[in-house]
Amino acid sequence: MKILLQLFLIFARIGGFTFGGGYAMLPMLQKELVENKKWTTNEELIDYYAIGQCTPGVIAVNVATFIGFKKKGVLGAIFATLGMVTPSLIIVGSIAMFISGFQDYEPVQWAFSGIRAAVVALILSSMWKIAKKSLVDIFAIAIFLVVALVSFFTDLSPVIFVVSAGLLGLVLNLTGIRKAKEEKKK
Amino acid sequence: MMIFLELYIRFAMVGLFAVGGGLATLPFLTAMGETTGWFTSMDISNMVAISESTPGPIGINMATYIGYQVGSNFGGAGFGILGSVVATLGEVTPCVIVIMIVSKILVKFRDSKYVEYAFYGLRAASVGLIAAALLGVAKIAFFNAETMAESGNFFMAVDYKSLILSAVIFFLITKFKKLHPIALIALSAVIGIIFKM
Repeated sequence: MKILLQLFLIFARIGGFTFGGGYAMLPMLQKELVENKKWTTNEELIDYYAIGQCTPGVIAVNVATFIGFKKKGVLGAIFATLGMVTPSLIIVGSIAMFISGFQDYEPVQWAFSGIRAAVVALILSSMWKIAKKSLVDIFAIAIFLVVALVSFFTDLSPVIFVVSAGLLGLVLNLTGIRKAKEEKKK
Repeated sequence: MMIFLELYIRFAMVGLFAVGGGLATLPFLTAMGETTGWFTSMDISNMVAISESTPGPIGINMATYIGYQVGSNFGGAGFGILGSVVATLGEVTPCVIVIMIVSKILVKFRDSKYVEYAFYGLRAASVGLIAAALLGVAKIAFFNAETMAESGNFFMAVDYKSLILSAVIFFLITKFKKLHPIALIALSAVIGIIFKM
């Protein structure tokens, strides 16, 4: 019971302070789940993101479900997800109810300008931690660069990148192209 | 009350078919508005503006907003709240089920070398997608496209205040690892208001 409550509260806190969607959640997940609670690792988080991007639905909810399910089964998945969506329901619900043109108020725009600048720095720092673990050799770095640039400059679906990179990973390893390289290093 | 059942099912369909995160639900929501007449394209553009400037996953914020509109059009604010809860639960139901299944499969094949090989590529792509998202946020945060179009001067269009703030935050998070991201976000909101960024 205590863990279910914790799952709910942690994800509510993360959901309540994530500005800019699922990716902006990464720094918070690292802080709360990897560093504080040690419920998961940076490697697992990046796997969850990879899968969350090629399965249906909202990425943040996919990641919450993964961690909740790992920690406490079906109930854990449900509590983590409910925690994640509760702040949105309260905040967006109140705005829809009481404030029209919320986003047009000048102080709101100033605050968001500041928050966006912070979010860039936070995501960069999270990405760096994960990149160190994931970009283990020249092939991985090449995949990273191609995906980052093509995805930024085109509207291609993330599914295409994730699926083809997975296949490429299989091919590179099974054909021995990557292994040969590793052995040379030793 | 049938409208709420329909709302749930329609949002569950969106959650099931929109792959690639919250913004991927946008075309589905536009189509839903056209088919049902529940909300207009004006509602959609308000929804995007509010969802991107409030905390929480964008996909969930959008479902909450639309659910509220549909419910309150049906019978006032009370039903609006019901609508936002129903739409949000509809949207997350398929994600939760799909991920639990994937999670089970993953645990089973965790040690398979094929899974390990595939994840070698997947992880690199995943970091790549995060980098692309980062570039997208950075472009909006540091660069004013309107000024660029008016003046034609790249250096005038750069938002130096934001650039400096971002550098300061990056320094703080690297230097003081104990700092919680929430504290830094709150701090930069206050700085944004003080300096009228």
